[in-house]
Amino acid sequence: MAVLELTNISKHFGAIQAVNDVSLSIEPGQVVGLMGDNGAGKSTLVKMIAGNFRPSHGTMQMDGKELILHKPVEARQHGIEIVHQDLALCNNLTAAANVYLGRELRRGVGPFRILDYAAMYKRAGQIFAELKSETRPRDLVKQMSGGQRQAVAIARTMLSQAKIVLMDEPTAAISVRQVAEVLNLIRHLRDQGIAVVLISHRMPDVFDVADRVIVMRRGRKVADKTIASSSPEEVTGLITGAIEQVL
Amino acid sequence: MAVTLDQTIAQKQHTLLSRIFASQTFWVVIAVILACLFLSFATDAFATQKNLYNITRNITFVAIIALGMTFVIITGGIDLSVGSVLCLCSMVLAVTMHAGYSIEVGIAVSIATALIIGAFNGILIAYLGFPPFVVTLGMLSIARSLAMVASNNTVVFQFGPDHDKLLALGGGAWVFGIANPVLYMILLALITGFILRWTKFGRHIFAIGGNEHAATLTGVPVKQIKVAVYMISALAAGIAGIIQTGWLGAVTTNLGTGMELQVIAATVIGGANLAGGVGTAFGAIVGAALIEVIRNSLGLLGINAFWQGVFIGGAILLAVLFDRIRNFRRND
Repeated sequence: MAVLELTNISKHFGAIQAVNDVSLSIEPGQVVGLMGDNGAGKSTLVKMIAGNFRPSHGTMQMDGKELILHKPVEARQHGIEIVHQDLALCNNLTAAANVYLGRELRRGVGPFRILDYAAMYKRAGQIFAELKSETRPRDLVKQMSGGQRQAVAIARTMLSQAKIVLMDEPTAAISVRQVAEVLNLIRHLRDQGIAVVLISHRMPDVFDVADRVIVMRRGRKVADKTIASSSPEEVTGLITGAIEQVL
Repeated sequence: MAVTLDQTIAQKQHTLLSRIFASQTFWVVIAVILACLFLSFATDAFATQKNLYNITRNITFVAIIALGMTFVIITGGIDLSVGSVLCLCSMVLAVTMHAGYSIEVGIAVSIATALIIGAFNGILIAYLGFPPFVVTLGMLSIARSLAMVASNNTVVFQFGPDHDKLLALGGGAWVFGIANPVLYMILLALITGFILRWTKFGRHIFAIGGNEHAATLTGVPVKQIKVAVYMISALAAGIAGIIQTGWLGAVTTNLGTGMELQVIAATVIGGANLAGGVGTAFGAIVGAALIEVIRNSLGLLGINAFWQGVFIGGAILLAVLFDRIRNFRRND
């Protein structure tokens, strides 16, 4: 069964039709590349799944149940995690503090509860080890490489039982070696049965790691096919409009 | 043999010692100790019980407000109104008690005044997006003016039936001959340190100062916390005002004039960063101590008091210089 299913989703801002009648479904453990030029509607679509916007028309279903989100926190409660393009990290805090930001572990009784540093360091360390990332929980984020910073942002999504992780341009601003690291992190999420939606402009990344590619142009879905049955040339044609549509 | 991932993760990058040496607060402590040692040998008057009593007590008023200011500065804000809020809270206490109410009522009204002003500042800053500098600059003017209105710009020195209680509260020395204000300062510093290090609230304050946008995205209640920090800052000023009233035994409407600059200087010397994200309770106290020791020593060494500003200003620049040097090294 699909973990997330969108049916005839549209979103307009006044007269501007940002997303127009898009349907798609995402299976558990599947990596879906979401591609399209600037203004194609990728971000708007993702923001609806993340709870930032409400769709104007259409329905979203999660595990077969209707999903209505009013704010981003509710998306998280449903197991939807987002890795923001700017990663949303605090440079002055440690890796573990960033992983747990907004959902710190505490110990104690009743109102007298203090931060549980030991538990947070331990669990964050376990997650970094699982991700096979050389990130130390006690290090400050400001001393970290781009790949390590990505690992911290991705580690957040593994704190709770995430079902689907949306990643907005995770490889846009990092070095070649670190791109490989991030793609490994994505495979790792997939191996745990988590569905990943990878929003990217970088063709090689999508063809390297994704199982399926969805292309959007001017608010419409113009392609939705397996990576094996497509090619970078075809996707480029779809993004630019040289190829009208393949469904 | 290759280093395994677990070993890398388990490895600590900094030892405790290297972290201490890298902290600005540590070097300011060293400066304070060296200054005290020098003054003990160079002058007869410094290491006397009376002088030390005076120094420790004088530190407290700036230090207590600096503790509150630390919260604000860690979030990346600033509170310029503390000197005026101190004056207003002192005056509200004085006028209430002068009118015949008990000390408990006086303190309650005074604290309530501080909290209302802090909430006002915080709401304008957090919910309406006013720049902290402008809001608190406005409040600096408003609070001082209200203090004049409350007292009709007179000196209040009679505090009604609980007059003696108030003077004992601020001027006494109930434990081991340590001035009461010093005890309050230590207690408040411990509370501040605890909040900053061990509570979720404290963690979120640092997160806001580090990256406010990230804090919002991760579900930190940024706006509520910002209102809270300005309330804490005003509360600290109010508490200092109450204690200072008891110590001085009289309130004038120029009480605490220019104090905001001393308080900010103390926090910055103690290692807080005006850009946000960095600051400690201990640093605030140590910064206040350094300023007071400089002031005291100039008097004892017979240096003209007009030079005070040069030395305190120099201390601010020197403290920040250390921080810059460390950053240059890190960026190399």
